[in-house]
Amino acid sequence: MLKRISFTVNEQEVSMEVDVRESLLEVLRNRLGYTGAKKGCGVGECGACTVLVDDTPIDSCIYLAVWADGKKIRTVEGLAKNGELTEVQKAFVDEGAVQCGFCTPGLIMTTTALVERGEKLSREEIKRELSGHFCRCTGYKQILHAAEKCLNNICKSNEGQQVNREDN
Amino acid sequence: MVSEMYDIKEYYEAKNLEQALETLAADPGLTVVAGGTDVLIKMHHGRIEKARLLSIRRIASLAGITVGADVTIGIGPLATFTRLSRDEQIKENLPILVEAALSMGGPQIRNVATIGGNICNGATSADSAPTLFALNARLVLKSKKDERIVPINEFYLGPGKVDLLPGEILTEIRIDPADYRGFGGHYIKFSMRKAMDIATLGVAVTCRLAGGDAFADVRIGLGVAGPTPLRCREAEEFARGKVVSAETIAEIGRLAVKSTRARTSWRASREYREHLVVELVQRALKTAVVRAGGVEIA
Amino acid sequence: MSYQVIGKSVKRVDAVAKVTGKAKYTGDFVEKDMLVGKILRSPYAHARVKRINTEKARALPGVEAVLTCADVPHIKFATAGHPYALDPEHRDIEDRLILTDKARFVGDAVAAVVARDELTAAEALKLIEVEYEELPSLLSVEAALAEDAPAIHEDRPDNVIASGGYAYGDLEKSMQESDLIFEGEYETGIVQHCQLENHNSYAYVDGENRIVIVSSTQIPHIVRRVVGQALGIPWGRIRVIKPYVGGGFGSKQDVCLEPLNAVMTLAVGGRPVRLELTREECMIDTRTRHAIKYKIKTGVSRDGKINAVHITAISNNGAYASHGHAIASSGGAKFRYLYTPQAMKYEPRTVYTNLPVAGAMRAYGCPQIFFAFESHLDEIARALNMDPIALREKNLVQVGHKDPLSDTRVLSCGIRECIARGRELIQWDRKKALYKNQTGDRRRGLGMACFSYQSGTFPHNLEVAGARIVLNQDGSVQLQIGATEIGQGSDTVFAQMVAEVLGITVDMVHVISTQDTDVTPFDPGAYASRQTYVTGMAVRKAALEVKEKILDFVRGMTDIPAGALDLREGNVVYAHSGEVVMPLAEVAMQSYYDPVFSSPITSDVSNNARINAMPYGATFAEVEVDIKTGKIEVLELFNIHDSGKIINHQLAEGQVYGGAAMGVGYALYEQLLFDEKTGRPLNNNLLDYKLPTIMDIPDIKAVFVETNEPTGPFGAKALGEPPAITPAPAIRNAVLDATGVAFRRLPLNPQHVFEKLKEAGLLDRDGE
Ligand SMILES: Cc1cc2nc3c(=O)[nH]c(=O)nc-3n(C[C@H](O)[C@H](O)[C@H](O)COP(=O)(O)OP(=O)(O)OC[C@H]3O[C@@H](n4cnc5c(N)ncnc54)[C@H](O)[C@@H]3O)c2cc1C
Ligand code: FES
Ligand code: FES
Repeated sequence: MLKRISFTVNEQEVSMEVDVRESLLEVLRNRLGYTGAKKGCGVGECGACTVLVDDTPIDSCIYLAVWADGKKIRTVEGLAKNGELTEVQKAFVDEGAVQCGFCTPGLIMTTTALVERGEKLSREEIKRELSGHFCRCTGYKQILHAAEKCLNNICKSNEGQQVNREDN
Repeated sequence: MVSEMYDIKEYYEAKNLEQALETLAADPGLTVVAGGTDVLIKMHHGRIEKARLLSIRRIASLAGITVGADVTIGIGPLATFTRLSRDEQIKENLPILVEAALSMGGPQIRNVATIGGNICNGATSADSAPTLFALNARLVLKSKKDERIVPINEFYLGPGKVDLLPGEILTEIRIDPADYRGFGGHYIKFSMRKAMDIATLGVAVTCRLAGGDAFADVRIGLGVAGPTPLRCREAEEFARGKVVSAETIAEIGRLAVKSTRARTSWRASREYREHLVVELVQRALKTAVVRAGGVEIA
Repeated sequence: MSYQVIGKSVKRVDAVAKVTGKAKYTGDFVEKDMLVGKILRSPYAHARVKRINTEKARALPGVEAVLTCADVPHIKFATAGHPYALDPEHRDIEDRLILTDKARFVGDAVAAVVARDELTAAEALKLIEVEYEELPSLLSVEAALAEDAPAIHEDRPDNVIASGGYAYGDLEKSMQESDLIFEGEYETGIVQHCQLENHNSYAYVDGENRIVIVSSTQIPHIVRRVVGQALGIPWGRIRVIKPYVGGGFGSKQDVCLEPLNAVMTLAVGGRPVRLELTREECMIDTRTRHAIKYKIKTGVSRDGKINAVHITAISNNGAYASHGHAIASSGGAKFRYLYTPQAMKYEPRTVYTNLPVAGAMRAYGCPQIFFAFESHLDEIARALNMDPIALREKNLVQVGHKDPLSDTRVLSCGIRECIARGRELIQWDRKKALYKNQTGDRRRGLGMACFSYQSGTFPHNLEVAGARIVLNQDGSVQLQIGATEIGQGSDTVFAQMVAEVLGITVDMVHVISTQDTDVTPFDPGAYASRQTYVTGMAVRKAALEVKEKILDFVRGMTDIPAGALDLREGNVVYAHSGEVVMPLAEVAMQSYYDPVFSSPITSDVSNNARINAMPYGATFAEVEVDIKTGKIEVLELFNIHDSGKIINHQLAEGQVYGGAAMGVGYALYEQLLFDEKTGRPLNNNLLDYKLPTIMDIPDIKAVFVETNEPTGPFGAKALGEPPAITPAPAIRNAVLDATGVAFRRLPLNPQHVFEKLKEAGLLDRDGE
């Protein structure tokens, strides 16, 4: 069964026929070439396939492609603009949060969504927000540091903005 | 082309509830899919083959959380666990449900998994179930012709089996003010991992105090203590009117086991689960007492 | 010695590729019209395949080929990722067929399908009719060793793969002379690597009729050889390409998919066929960590001197040999470099059972033996009323120690400093006193454990490594190595080494991370924590050769003797003053384009490291035990390592955090379970197999005691695997300290802890 769907991937409009049997992960990887999202289990357990649907992290392996109709999809390929890494990507590089890199795109997407939400989170809350990603290489410590680094920056810049507003 | 696909033969998307009920009435053999976090997994493992799916996920009217004039809380079955955990009404009135919601899966799962799917899937390990049992939740089940309301205590028929008649959809989960106002509660999910895990035991306890030092009402909902989620009536009966003390609470813990039907599996032995019931019911109750305005019991 | 780049936390050379999604793994490459291969697996643990009917499967539209044992080469081959041994005695056991006619574990591959897509392939598998003759399944080492047990492999009638150990000194005499004898039995569980990227490969036949295999492997050159052996074709007809790899930890130090994948493409006229395992398959049909049972008998003098150690071990190898006895053997050999008993005897036996195949996994037999012995030592310390640290300190090796059974000598050893650091960091003395005589429902305790390890496999195996460097026109270089980056950071460390020698920055070193057996220098691959030490020697040698050629070329240009020159900060300089003679880029341009002297500068070296060096370390852990539920919380965990000179602290810390986390999983959570009657896997998925999440891992602290290893490149020793060795015994010893209960089996999951505490009477207070 085929269905025509329209959605955006990294701000590009896409209109295509998908097989109702396909997951969003398979469409992104095999039909559209966004191979940044990885498959580590195919059943929602590992988080390697995480992408943002309307800015919310989801496991794209257990999300049917037809469900993406009308949605805004973001993958790791859409983050860096003109070769300039985002704060989250930079933090992952600088903190040594990357080893084999297979879990990395998913974790970067979840962290990006967290940063964009702009809430102040405790260390335990950050851990909970990242707990849907397995990483076998890093023991998570440097990943946590990377996430904390960009979340703290956000909080700082939010505070900065507030001060400015009051000043006005 | 290399593409892993789900074994789906037919797929329909309902725009609104009427259309969903209509479609289901015409073809009751369709499998309803909401978040899909149970349905797709079953397909992956070959437990559902050649699936014929009716998606209800775009029915906006089933996703809301409302508080009626009489402060009855209505939870749409499509409310995701993330939504539940962040909803101001739920946070204020049913904090125990927030605990349950946050104990479930991981963030990406919570972002799509729905409370309706959690219940209708019929698993004894469903993390929302013990709490909804303790809250005496009532389920609104609609078909094209009918609507009935079933207490959640009667909804579970066996492992993976619930009282959904052909053509029926769960359209609301209702919680009466009498079942949550003045109560303190606590949900303990006992599992090996702190996230991404299925409960070895789920313990939801709510209580109301009388005069500050006696139990007016204690409710204990358990998951994975039997083939379905269950309530511990004998322990609850015993508690009524008793002075809040370590001894009373210990006895409640011991009595709770009487309502359980735990079994031994490779995940945990019956003996261990029963031991956990005794211990964790006490722990949950002690926290619930404090949240109900009582004093802390060591 | 002062270095410019060595010892600095430079960023990973592949980090940007990995955070942008540009790093391509095996699954990210798509060939036109790629077909899908799938495997039919035995539902029985032990059964003969009597008949297979593939007719219906073949008739299914979209099915391109159906293969059974009868359709594929029938040559037994060995899968282990070891270098080939010219000496037949020293070769790995050849007991595997591409598809089997006798299933030896649930999941064994009996047939395969190639089809146009997954669903068709899955459908076709269901249409294959197999008639099995069930045989008694041997699901434990005891069952396999029983008198009347059937043979899992005909040529090993007793199911014993091998039983070679070692002995030195007069064991009996040393035991007799000891004041006290201690005995204990210890047991570890089966765990799985769970690297995030499942095993994945694809294969096709190219225009020259050669088989090209792209695979997620740690050992491309070995894969090439094994595919050649398994198919009975010349090795040169095979080309193996390794792109980025999403982790391996030893599971990809084995040839799991490639021979079948090669046969699949041949069966469909050379069209590309992908063979990718699901997580469920990966957890049972790649490799696992050996479960090993130990019996230890130790003779000790009253003051804590260990005189005699006798260890017997039975290692559960599962259905095929893979690395076989090498695991138990190697664990025992590495153990010899920690303590100094006068006499020791090690008697391991490795046994076939009808369970998934055990193979290499991070620290290769050491997590098992150190769990056993370090647990045993703490029991001895308690009995002697001695502090566990004091007991160990009495018996540790020193620099200069010579192995009684080989020529290997300990030339650097920081174990004492490691222990001293751990003791201070965890506040051992203060907390030990504080936690005496606890009675509550939550009890705390401290534990520690030590290890010794090796850097590579010499003298057991060949340790040859290859590196190639090309100087580019702009003064940058390309570096090619045969050893593989699989996440551990070796590419970055090699880039640092080259940058250090050539006086350039790391971004001027372009590391080719892809290995391609057609072009990459020969090197057996990523394992045994060998890369920094062994491949590092080759890389350093290649860089030194380029340096020599550069300086020689400059001598030709300037007549300044090479000995007076050096390379610094991208320039050729006077060695004595640092005065710039000319930029390196200028030399490079001349080397390419000088009309008379053009001779582009390259090096292509191999290094056979006939030496080894011992890294050391210790874990210190503090735990809290919830007596009523059996849950253990690790409050603090320090891993302190002597790995010689640390080349890159940030990467090294990453190795420690990751390895120690794996150790925590081993201690508390992880275990692959099987139905006791049928041998069916019960939890071969990530929901039921308890791989720790970010919320389950404590705040691990990594500490380095930097010694200078004279044989290592820049003073380095191995680090990759060791962090995983001692967390489990340290945590176990902390639980012993907290509760007084000696656990002897891994993992210490809540139900296990509950049962032991109950047995010990710790739950009796409430009359339960
Ligand atoms: C990795 C992973 C981790 C998980 N962890 C947990 C956990 O920790 N705790 C837990 O409780 N569960 C867990 N689950 C299970 C699952 O996510 C939950 O049960 C979830 O709530 C199901 O909701 P859904 O919307 O995805 O259901 P679906 O899969 O869409 O549906 C589930 C069932 O309910 C039926 N159904 C759904 N909605 C309705 C309706 N409105 N009316 C009638 N029938 C309906 C469907 O027909 C189906 O039978 C996990 C699942 C995964 C994949
Ligand atoms: S691949 Fe989607 S969660 Fe693992
Ligand atoms: S970096 Fe390898 S799994 Fe996370």
